[in-house]
Amino acid sequence: MRAVVKLLTVLVLVLLVPSAAAAKDRRGAALFAANCSSCHGLNGQGVPTSTPGANGVDGQGPPLRGVGARAADFYLRTGYMPLANPHDQPSRKHVVFTEQEIRSLIRYVASLGNGPPIPTPRPGSISAGRQLFTDHCAGCHQAIAQGGYVTGARVPPLTDATDRQIAEAVRIGPYLMPRFSTKAITPAQLNDIVAYVDYAKHPDDRGGWAIGHLGPWPEGAVTWLLAAAALVGICTLLGRRLRA
Amino acid sequence: MTRLRDWLIAAIVLASGRGKHPMTRAPKPRIVAAGEPDRRAENVVLILFLLATVAGAAFIVVYALDRLSHQTQWLGLAIGSAFALLALASTVIAHHLVVTEEIVEPYPRESPDAQEEIEQIVAESGSRFTRKRLVTVAGAGALGTLGAALLVPAASLGPLLHTGGLYRTAWRRGRRLVDEGGQPLAADAIEEGTFYTAYPEGADRELVGSPIVVVRLPPAEIRDRKDWAARGIVAYSKICTHAGCAVALYRKPTFAPTQPRPALVCPCHYSTFDPAAGGAVLFGPAGRPLPQLPLEVDGAGHLRAAGTFSGPVGPSWWGVRMGKARS
Repeated sequence: MRAVVKLLTVLVLVLLVPSAAAAKDRRGAALFAANCSSCHGLNGQGVPTSTPGANGVDGQGPPLRGVGARAADFYLRTGYMPLANPHDQPSRKHVVFTEQEIRSLIRYVASLGNGPPIPTPRPGSISAGRQLFTDHCAGCHQAIAQGGYVTGARVPPLTDATDRQIAEAVRIGPYLMPRFSTKAITPAQLNDIVAYVDYAKHPDDRGGWAIGHLGPWPEGAVTWLLAAAALVGICTLLGRRLRA
Repeated sequence: MTRLRDWLIAAIVLASGRGKHPMTRAPKPRIVAAGEPDRRAENVVLILFLLATVAGAAFIVVYALDRLSHQTQWLGLAIGSAFALLALASTVIAHHLVVTEEIVEPYPRESPDAQEEIEQIVAESGSRFTRKRLVTVAGAGALGTLGAALLVPAASLGPLLHTGGLYRTAWRRGRRLVDEGGQPLAADAIEEGTFYTAYPEGADRELVGSPIVVVRLPPAEIRDRKDWAARGIVAYSKICTHAGCAVALYRKPTFAPTQPRPALVCPCHYSTFDPAAGGAVLFGPAGRPLPQLPLEVDGAGHLRAAGTFSGPVGPSWWGVRMGKARS
């Protein structure tokens, strides 16, 4: 009797597990069809020219075959995607999907082609990272990762970026950012950069108030500006009283 | 020894003379009328001075402690309030304690005679000069030369006459491109969507004409100077033609149809150059295109320069548009 029960359990499990996996895949595909396909195509083949898509959005977007779990994880967990208007710059937003939905979508996008996996950054050297960040990233993201502007795009501050997202973005190059191959920035150097960006989120501010995290200079400059305005005000008051 | 003795005697005389009244003199008539004493204002001033002293001392204490949070702010607050209290005390003194009076002083009447007299004095004082005009010209020349001497160092701000060196760079036909580590750049290793910095092999990297930025574009997208590119790889001087900063940004669209086209951007003032159109200025203060370097691929697959830059490298100067690049 006991042997029969065991056999039945094994049979049930063998039948159930693949069907559960298939259900997950179906959920990913359904989510993709509902939220992504108007710009990236029903099978992730991309939409090269503007065509009317779901919800009245004129879809137009790059193919997702071969971008892998790395890009899907980055774009979904930063809230960059889904994008309401394909001509907008994606920006960090509230994530609309649940954790389970994100996992299903990542699995589905990864299954579209042979792509890179999600990276796992390891501890690195802050000082080496600072040097590398100055060389490769600071031109746009500023020395202390506060972001800024380039012609045609806003450069996001990296204060909310997680370690994994930093490692992903360096390799992907989202929007107008160049992507850096493992030749340009080695995996060890990438760990250093991640360490520096983590430090830059809470830098050791020597100037008291952290105006731009640039040291004591901005604070002093602001003080002088306020003092000059106050002095002008006092001079005006004195002059008015003398003339009266 | 004698000095010590003199000091001692002086000290004794001073000590013995202390407290004795000097010889009484007849009181002089007052110039300023005597004012009413104002004890209240005096008290206010004393309190203000006391507080200013406390604030000054607080600065010293905060500075010496060196472990308060927000120490900079506390230091500023202390020294600032010391100044403010002193200013307040001075204001109270000026308003309530210093005797003030209003005096009217008549403005001296204009007198044409006196003016004429001065003119006459000036004219007559010059009677010893026999060649007035010559002396005037000589003096003007001396002053003018001095002024010119003060202005001449401005020529150091940019080359004016010997600009030939600005057109010469280490790049010439056949010179290999090497990366930061001195390794030659292979054409196959250059990927789209990213950018590389390269230098001329065996030349000084610190020279303004040495660093170049290398990007790969789809060959079909290159619009100008198609034959200057090698397999879609184009190279430009890394020095911005506006103010000489390093062109350290490469704007690369993830999806070209909906995003701005690829561009090399200088982070200093956002001069934006089109790598597909011979480095033409798309935006920003740069006044001329980024100088392009023609490329070729040798038998070993390495990138080499196929000539010299399309124009003079580096920030602009007087007459920059008159010359072509030379090597």
